[in-house]
Formats: sequence, structure tokens, C-alpha cells
Amino acid sequence: MDEGLKSELQKQGVFTTTLEEVYNWGRKNSVWPLQFGLACCAIEMIATSMARYDLARFGAEVFRPSPRQADLMIVAGTVTKKMAPQVVRLYNQMPEPKYVIAMGACAISGGPFKQGYNVLKGIDRYIPVDVHIPGCPPRPEALLHAFMTLQQKISDQQLTGANRPPHLNADAPSEFPVPRFGEHDLEPPNNPAVWQAPAVLRA
Amino acid sequence: MPGDYDPYLFVFVMALAAIAFAATPLVLAWLWAKKFSPQKPGHDKNATYECGLESKGDAWIQFKAEYYLYAIIFLIFDVETVFLLPFAVAFTGLGAGAFISLMVFLFLLVAGLAWAWMKGVLTWK
Repeated sequence: MDEGLKSELQKQGVFTTTLEEVYNWGRKNSVWPLQFGLACCAIEMIATSMARYDLARFGAEVFRPSPRQADLMIVAGTVTKKMAPQVVRLYNQMPEPKYVIAMGACAISGGPFKQGYNVLKGIDRYIPVDVHIPGCPPRPEALLHAFMTLQQKISDQQLTGANRPPHLNADAPSEFPVPRFGEHDLEPPNNPAVWQAPAVLRA
Repeated sequence: MPGDYDPYLFVFVMALAAIAFAATPLVLAWLWAKKFSPQKPGHDKNATYECGLESKGDAWIQFKAEYYLYAIIFLIFDVETVFLLPFAVAFTGLGAGAFISLMVFLFLLVAGLAWAWMKGVLTWK
């Protein structure tokens, strides 16, 4: 709908909307996270959902204990290589549409344990991450900001067209390969469809 | 006559409304899935949810039900305690009839325990 006409109508007290807007408005205000904490960031996540920071303002206070009912996975903490297959499997078990917030330095990059042999250097190597939050740990305000960023992202998604989100696209994958334990490392070390190692330019 | 209608007509109308109330969201969701949001079943998504781990083995297993005997015998002591406390508190002022009936009650429970003991239920196998 034409924005100018919409604005004119609104001045006359006529509210107009589109199916897409109503759909996204409903979705973005009922993002139910998966009850899933991996390390110390989970404490900040809990604090965010409690009364002081009050995640309920964003309609996201309903932490679901089963991926079947969850829309959002907050990867809150260090993802060890032992845990990575479970994280990917839980993501696979969530119904569409699903979103991922990688919370904290560990979840986005390995953080202080980046040099460790047992820590995954960012969950975005296996699953598509929508919002990255830096910090060790990020304060609840940072998680709230990530929520608002995600809400903005959801409200910008289109119902049709080539740019439509993966859950509306029958060809986009819903599941991602679960890594296996190899001889030395997880196999594959990353999902090439989701993440590729940055090219190192040597002079 | 204005009131000349079949009383079951309203039941019928209400039944239709109830069915429509239940069916409309389902139909709308189905239409939405057809038009916009395709279903994406998959191996992991359809698998049994077990906290992210792969489920192992069969859910249809047998396990020993012996513990339930202990649970039942526990009831003897449990119920006995509930009745023994008021019995002990009111013991001095108790009439002969009340005393005898409570002793009979105790005897029944103790007899049950003795029977279980004789059967060898108290020995864990």
C-alpha cells in the first residue's frame, strides 16, 4: 500500500494495514525462547526474564522446555564441541519459523576459550544466527537490545517474493547437518552452506 | 403464533456454530500453510525429543515391578503412623471399645506385614 495514502487515511482516523504487517506484528510480539542455557550467560538470560528487566514486555517471557513449542534459540554460553551436535539437533527440532540469538563472546566466537581445543569457535559455524551479542557476559540490556533487533528483523520480513524468509520458502533448508565426533575434531568443522572461514591474505 | 418453532432448531444452530468455531482456525491454518508457509518435515524434526540427544533403544522395555511391593508395604507404616499418633495422645482417656477396635486395626496391619515377611517380599532379589 502507498505510504502517503496510508498516512493521509490515518490522519482521517482510518487505520489500514496489510496481511503481512498483521502476521509479522503477531509473530514479533510472541517470540517464545527455548529454555536452554549453556554457561554463565544463561544467568544473565534468567535475569532478563525476571521482574527487573522484564522480558515479558516483548512477549517473550514464555521460555519453553521443549523445542517443539519454541521460536527462538538463545545460545547463551560456551558451546563445547561435546555440546555442539546437541545444539544443532535442538535447532533442527524446532518448528519453523525459528530464530537464533548467539549470546555472548563464547557463543559468537569461542570468547576467552577460543584457543581451547574443546570449544566451538562460534555456533554460527553450524546454524544460521540472526543476532550476535558481544560481551562477557552481555548485560540484560544487551539481550533486550538483541530482542528488539530481532523484532525489527521479523517485522521487516516479507510474505512473498524472492526475499521471503526461509520458513516461507519451500526450498530453504529447515534442518542443518548435525556434526559428528571425528578423530580429532567435529566433522565437518563447519557447515559450508552457513559459514566459511574468512580468507587469509598473506603478503 | 410467534413462538411456534422446533426447540431442537436452536440446538442444531448452536451445534453448527460450535463446529464452525472449532474448524475455522484449523482450516485457516491449513490454507495459510498451503498459500505461504510450507511444511518442512525432516529426520531430526520428527525424531523423539530427548534434550538434544539421539534416543537410544526401544521405549517398549520391561522393568522389574518389584518396587511396587515396597510401595504397598510402605502404606502399612504410613497409615499406621497417621492413626498411631492420635491413638497415643488419647491413650489414657480411651474407653475399652475404642481400645479394642484400634488394637484390631493394628493387628490387621501387622498381620499384613507378617504375611509379606513370610512370603519373602522384604528380601530384595
